[in-house]
Amino acid sequence: MYAFEMERPQTIADAVAALKDEDAQALGGGQTLIPTLKQRLAMPSKLVSLHGIAQMKGVCTDDDGRICIGGATTHQQVSESAGDYPALAWLASRIGDPAVRNRGTIGGSLANNDPSACYPAAALGSGAVIVTDNREIAADDYFQGMFTTALNEGEIITEVKFPVPSHAAYMKFIQPASRFPLVAVFVAKFDDGVRVAITGASEEGVFRWGEAESALSGNFAPEAVDGLSVDPSGMIGDLHGTKEYRAHLVGVMTKRAVKAAAAGETGVSSAH
Amino acid sequence: MSHVSMKVNGKEVGGEVEGRTLLVDFLREDLKMTGTHVGCDTSQCGACVVHVDGKAVKACTIFALEAEGAEVTTIEGMANADGSLGVVQAAFQEHHGLQCGFCTPGMVMAGAALLKENPKPSEAEIRQYLEGNICRCTGYHNIVKAIMAASGQDVEPPAVAAE
Repeated sequence: MYAFEMERPQTIADAVAALKDEDAQALGGGQTLIPTLKQRLAMPSKLVSLHGIAQMKGVCTDDDGRICIGGATTHQQVSESAGDYPALAWLASRIGDPAVRNRGTIGGSLANNDPSACYPAAALGSGAVIVTDNREIAADDYFQGMFTTALNEGEIITEVKFPVPSHAAYMKFIQPASRFPLVAVFVAKFDDGVRVAITGASEEGVFRWGEAESALSGNFAPEAVDGLSVDPSGMIGDLHGTKEYRAHLVGVMTKRAVKAAAAGETGVSSAH
Repeated sequence: MSHVSMKVNGKEVGGEVEGRTLLVDFLREDLKMTGTHVGCDTSQCGACVVHVDGKAVKACTIFALEAEGAEVTTIEGMANADGSLGVVQAAFQEHHGLQCGFCTPGMVMAGAALLKENPKPSEAEIRQYLEGNICRCTGYHNIVKAIMAASGQDVEPPAVAAE
């Protein structure tokens, strides 16, 4: 690791001020950033740890019934405290492993926007609102491609607000070695329609499968997805699975997610 | 360099560290507590798991400065006050939950963290909790068995070597 300074602000305002320096980088739980620093793939002059900012931690419900999660809230805390949105709590409880979940944060995951991460699927699939230190960004505007988001330099995710659907489930087909999703699908049924968000599959990162959403909004049943498919050309192809395989899995996992959500189940993580 | 202070195994400790000093390096290099192992240094193997404020954490994936003021427990803190093996350690010994022993500090700390959250875990729950701890010797069966035994649940007695 290259040397850097470390700042540990206690408030959002102090963190924003510390991040104004050139090459300063926010540090969430560090479960991606620290390994990245070790590989010398990033070389910030200063890390600003968000760990000590109490106002960015915790889970609550707002007047609109949305689940509001502080940006520095760990996956473990979300899994324990977001019980009013069971599919979201379940998703958080299956990210990484227990030690990762005790450090990794929702803000860190969404800011990184790994194309195989779980939280982007929940945020996009729920139509969440990403709250930063200076504005609110709709999930539909926030995710802008692999490792790319609407965040500006030095902007911090302070909170994420999730509308709670009547039915939702997350189906994760894992790559058995890394346990990241090879393809995972988050399906959420709201009164005004169904949202389907796919992670792990596309070279553009998380995306909504509009065709399936239209079909499922008319008929929330697995067979509504029959005959629909995504174009393999934009999918990730690697030694773990071809583009065509991932495109196929998108359909299979969407059906499974709908079936689970309709049955009141929250999700399954499997490699078969 | 910055000063960091924390409580490790109940004892107040402190030292001068760089921003980039990892907790595991502070434990091993500064405090000379080498029980916590670095297996992969890429956040994958879990050999370095310690407890920070009661939660299992990979000590290679947290900076020492982030543990400022925290209560840290390492494998050196797992023995009983009289120096005899703690319940999880004793179960690993009894049920042959280790061979080379390299992953064992992390396994014991992960197992102890699980039992604190879930005092009577099922075999499936133990295996799921250990997803972040890699062992290349045992094939895991006896590790799972040891944690099961440490929770007070019945397990098959260890095989006895032929006379």
